[in-house]
Amino acid sequence: MKKILIIFAHPAIARSKINVAMRGAVENLDGVTFHDLYAAYPDFLIDVAHEQNLCQAHDGIIFQHPFYWYSAPAIMKEWLDLVLQYGWAYGVKGRALEGKFFLQALTAGGDKDSYRKHGLNTFTIGELTTPYRATANLCRMEWLPPFTVLGMHRGMSEENISGHAQEYRRVITALRDGTLDFQKAKKHEYLNSNLDLAIRNA
Amino acid sequence: MEHFLLQLFIFLAAAAIAVPLAKKCGLGSILGYLLAGIVIGPFGLSLIGDIEEVMHFTEFGVVMMLFLVGLELKPSLLWQLRIPILGMGGTQVVLSSVAIGAVSLSGLPWQQAVAVGLTLSLSSTAIVLQTLRERGIMNTSPGRSIFSVLLFQDLAVIPILAILPLLATAVIDSGPHGSVFFDMSVLPGYLRILVTLLAVSFIFFLGRFASRPIFRTIASTRVHEIFVAAALALVVGISLLMTAVGLSPALGTFLAGVVLAESEYRHELESDIQPFKGLLLGIFFISIGASLNFTLIGDHALLIAALVLGLIGIKWLVLLATGIVFNMPGRERWLFAIALAQGGEFAFVLFQYAKVNGILPNDVVEPLISAVAISMFLTPLLFVLHARLAAGQDGDRQGRAADTIKHQGSKVILAGFGRLGTDLGRFLIASGIRPVILDHDAANVDILRRFGFEVYYGDITRLDLLEAAGAADAALIIITIGDIEKARELVHLVQKHYPHLKIAANASDRPAAYQLMDMGVTTIRRETFGSALSLGQDVLKILGVHPYEAYKLMRIFRKKDEDCMPELYKIHRDDEERYISMYQQHNADLEELMKMDLDADMEEELDKAWSVGRSEE
Repeated sequence: MKKILIIFAHPAIARSKINVAMRGAVENLDGVTFHDLYAAYPDFLIDVAHEQNLCQAHDGIIFQHPFYWYSAPAIMKEWLDLVLQYGWAYGVKGRALEGKFFLQALTAGGDKDSYRKHGLNTFTIGELTTPYRATANLCRMEWLPPFTVLGMHRGMSEENISGHAQEYRRVITALRDGTLDFQKAKKHEYLNSNLDLAIRNA
Repeated sequence: MEHFLLQLFIFLAAAAIAVPLAKKCGLGSILGYLLAGIVIGPFGLSLIGDIEEVMHFTEFGVVMMLFLVGLELKPSLLWQLRIPILGMGGTQVVLSSVAIGAVSLSGLPWQQAVAVGLTLSLSSTAIVLQTLRERGIMNTSPGRSIFSVLLFQDLAVIPILAILPLLATAVIDSGPHGSVFFDMSVLPGYLRILVTLLAVSFIFFLGRFASRPIFRTIASTRVHEIFVAAALALVVGISLLMTAVGLSPALGTFLAGVVLAESEYRHELESDIQPFKGLLLGIFFISIGASLNFTLIGDHALLIAALVLGLIGIKWLVLLATGIVFNMPGRERWLFAIALAQGGEFAFVLFQYAKVNGILPNDVVEPLISAVAISMFLTPLLFVLHARLAAGQDGDRQGRAADTIKHQGSKVILAGFGRLGTDLGRFLIASGIRPVILDHDAANVDILRRFGFEVYYGDITRLDLLEAAGAADAALIIITIGDIEKARELVHLVQKHYPHLKIAANASDRPAAYQLMDMGVTTIRRETFGSALSLGQDVLKILGVHPYEAYKLMRIFRKKDEDCMPELYKIHRDDEERYISMYQQHNADLEELMKMDLDADMEEELDKAWSVGRSEE
């Protein structure tokens, strides 16, 4: 069983039904540590040593956050800036994260149509998340396509929300139990494009 | 009695008239005293009688000065400056003594030449330090070099006083009070050494162990003049003891000063002794001025002019050489050399001493004293000249000098070290700022000292203590005194005497804050406001509000509350009813605002902007 760290950032989680649901679906799973950055560091004073120890105690890191301005909420950037130190996360001697998997779990207001070449947002989610892919690469981590929930603005039904939350739980369980086929998963733009193809039956 | 009072009146009145006049002309107080002495002396109005006697009595000012020098000399500061002090100071004193002594050999026997060399190698601590302070260059690198050399000279006085008697050529009948400094002849050798050692260890014991409980007991009576009496008794007592065992009283009080330099009562002692020292030295300078022999100067104008030029010239060259040896940049070297090229007030004491002890004859001493006095007269003028030349040479010098001061001069005074002051002090110390901490509760000071804080005892609303704490060159004073009346008194004092000093204050409540705002203080924190909000934030968290939300609410509340302070302040006195209604209005606004922040609808509104399907194609 692999240990999974979920780094979570939402400045007002009470207002995000999808994030509440996704959190509720995974935070009590065995082997999963759910870490709410805004709760741990309301004043942004991140304890770097503590965060690095957390990372090293887990086999993979999931960054769960709303897709604000084509990126993550401010504290997530602060976390990346401070915790991924040269000589620890990257550089010749920076091998602390080597081989761990890297997964983004993001929720966005815009729908699938808006994230394409001629859509409102001009670029695809895959294109817009390339900085994170590059980050994973530099840290020698194993990158996975982002777990993506789109179209939140339309007011998603309770049913749909809980469906996404269950998929999220399925992905994390598979990662934990080693039943996710990384090669197959990487062929899709989103990790949750077709979970049945990527996850082997245990 | 009447005669004594009349004499005293003449001295004091002359000082009171001449010193402000001299200061107006940019000459500094010491030149004022000297001028006053000339005016009331035998060559002026002939108002005073026994100058020698006065001079002899007021020499005690020098003893006090050395006590104060000792108080300034914490062992750690001494260690920090050890290289400039020993290196530059030593080089300057040795080279100057040798050069001046060598020149003097042309007309004097070697013993006298050595005495003259040693005496003239010293510069004027009083004039130079005063000028450095007035010009704001105390904390620049040439300023520190100059200070180091002066410090070494102050120390060098002690061995010089020890060497001088060995150079005596004439036997002088020393009466009962003839030798102030050394009289070791009565006892057999071994006993002399034993008694001397005992006396010195007694001073150490007194300073290290006995002084604290004694001062604490006295301070707890809260009768200020008793503390002054104790401080004076300490200095006078040590002088007497030293004289009795045949050591220099100056050396004894200096030692006592060093031992007490780390005591919490240091600033209090300093400010208590300072006025006595100032007055005694002032009268000493007046008597020096009065003793200037104008008949002699007139008769030997050429000789004295040559002596002055020779003195300044030789010292100036030696100082330039010292500057080169210690790699001083060119511009600093010029200032360094000009600052220290004069003879000093110690020369008056030492020449006087040398004359009384039969080391130098009167006809050698008199022209030299005149030359030293004239060289001191010239020093402020040389400073003015140097400033002119330097300013002409380089326009941007001013800016660079100011920069250095800013870097060095981040001195902070923390007035009041109670509950709030303690945490504030800990925070500042942790941030690398070492404030001068003052508190008026002797018991409190004692406890905090044991915890390793550098706290000094004293009533901060006294101007002299403020001065001793370094208000003149501090950048900021923090007032954490709970008693608003005391705090106001202090603010008033600071604004009046140290207008450059920034003020940061703590107010126990809103009305106290308004009172401070009345006085123009702008950096004010209400004492309990911060803790109240932090506690409120904790409570929200316990009630299940997300920590980030609780933090944000706290910050919004703080900001809004602080924002409305000026507005509330404006009307708080004019109209109580309006004040109350506005206060309530602000609270209502605040509630509204915070509700809005909690409102979830906003989020969905925002999210809509991120979709709306396609853009125009």
